[in-house]
Amino acid sequence: MSHIVETCDIVRVFKGHDKPVKALDKVSIYIDEGEIFGLLGPNGAGKTTLIKILTTLLLPTKGEAYVGGFSVSKEAHKVRQMISLVSGGETPGYGILSASENLWFFSQLYGLSSSSAKARIKQLMTDLEFDEYAKTRMSKLSTGYKQRLNLARGLLNNPKVLFLDEPTLGLDVLTSKKLRAYIVDWAKREKEGTVLLTTHYMAEADEMCDRVAIIDRGRILACDSPLRLKQKLEDNFIMKVEVSSVQADFSFVDDMKGVIGYSQTRSIQTDTTSFKVMLTEEKIFSKIMLKLKEQNLKILSANEVEPTLEDVYISLVGRGFEEGEKTTHET
Amino acid sequence: MKRDEVLHNLKAAYARLWVRIKGGNREPEWLAAEVVMPVITLSAYIFLYKMVNAPSEYAGFVIIGGTMMAFWSNVLWNMSAQFYWEKEIGNLEVYLVAPISRMAILLGMALGGFVNTALRASAVFIAGILIFQVPMVLHEPLTAFLIFFLTIGALYALGMMFASLFMLYGREAWHTANLLQEPIQFLSGTYFPTTSQVVPQLVQLLSSLIPLTFGLDGIRRVAILGQGITDVWLHIIALAIFILVLLPLARLALRYMENLGKKEGRLTLRWQ
Repeated sequence: MSHIVETCDIVRVFKGHDKPVKALDKVSIYIDEGEIFGLLGPNGAGKTTLIKILTTLLLPTKGEAYVGGFSVSKEAHKVRQMISLVSGGETPGYGILSASENLWFFSQLYGLSSSSAKARIKQLMTDLEFDEYAKTRMSKLSTGYKQRLNLARGLLNNPKVLFLDEPTLGLDVLTSKKLRAYIVDWAKREKEGTVLLTTHYMAEADEMCDRVAIIDRGRILACDSPLRLKQKLEDNFIMKVEVSSVQADFSFVDDMKGVIGYSQTRSIQTDTTSFKVMLTEEKIFSKIMLKLKEQNLKILSANEVEPTLEDVYISLVGRGFEEGEKTTHET
Repeated sequence: MKRDEVLHNLKAAYARLWVRIKGGNREPEWLAAEVVMPVITLSAYIFLYKMVNAPSEYAGFVIIGGTMMAFWSNVLWNMSAQFYWEKEIGNLEVYLVAPISRMAILLGMALGGFVNTALRASAVFIAGILIFQVPMVLHEPLTAFLIFFLTIGALYALGMMFASLFMLYGREAWHTANLLQEPIQFLSGTYFPTTSQVVPQLVQLLSSLIPLTFGLDGIRRVAILGQGITDVWLHIIALAIFILVLLPLARLALRYMENLGKKEGRLTLRWQ
């Protein structure tokens, strides 16, 4: 098998309160060696379930997955020798130990000799810019530094495949940027370093990934490079309009022909609504503007925008991420 | 298991042991609390026995009981419920993804817990002996040590089995540990000998299912009553059987619970 990661028709069903919940529905993807692969979807789409199956924490209900040619369900021990998992918002370790002590402990789970572990820890702490906190207790580190520590832990064993589950969740912009840059740099430097990243941040997937799979309600809707995915929208028109009320009603577009999908973001602080709509023809937008004027809404801005990965998602499911998450939680 | 794999697992066990010792002794105020509080509890029982004119060796029974109780508390709170806590703080996921035997982690936890508790228990033991001037009639120290280490082995093997069973538990882990604390303390005869005439036969029968009972009775016989290996050979056999049965059971339970967790998706599910 030539792919470092491959899943074949993975199905995962969980017991629900009333009825079984299908978290993954015949998911088939592959990742090549050295690739940074993104799994992009709203909360509850099935991203973490897939990553848990690939990291041997969960068994698939049906189908099979392979990492490095080994079955995750039948040869879990061999899979574990070549992977590492870093989950965003998590801080594994012991608060009473210092950052470097925690890293030493985790290095021993991978059998590193004490001297090579110490050298590796020093290198990672320097690279991730938190060597000055080496002797600080983990419980006293800020969220950003805890996540740097978490990423360093994930890289201790120099994994062949690094699984990152929402690695920048809850981090400030600057720390997120630094971590993203470091991960891309690590994958390039290692040459054979492969990354599977789950995220619901479009920019993150766009910036980091060689290829992206868009997942929604357990199904893979599209899989390609970010550029090619966006190029598929070239024939469409993506318009963005901002109006001066948080209560603006855009539901009228549901019945309009030529509307592929839309998303809206409401800001209570500024009392504005930002509305993005994807159209088959530009002239439909003038009809939308007319309808908005009928609502006596003040148009703050209106312009055509370049397609993003969110637009790809909208074109596939007809709604934005936020609406998707709302729908997912309601079900 | 190949040699490299064994070495790797031993490294992991040592690292887990190291974390436990380092973490357990970094804040010395806890060390003091864990010595002073048990000595106060022991004192209460010793004063009570003195008031009712109980035989003088009862003070020694209480001190040995209190010392061994420290190990049982450690097994309950720092072994049995440990995987539950590790799951809550996100460490269990890391352990499960690492290419190590889960038994190595349990072994490290057990050895680390033993070393930490031995420090505290020794302090309690020495303080109790010195404060209350308890006479020891120890003719066969090696027999006493043998029973002690067999008891510790059986207790921590029991802890390993509980840890595996509690792995998928949510809050129940806490309640179950609580539930096991007092009854075991009572049944095993921590502060009084269950083999005495006043203890009902049913209690004696139930207490014989607990390794701590054999350990306590054996150590008391050798260290306080001056008996020898010929008097406690049954204790030694019983404790060895406990170890031989509980360790494989712990391994089986761990494998079963991990597989169940992977099937049901409960291995990393938190705040249940």
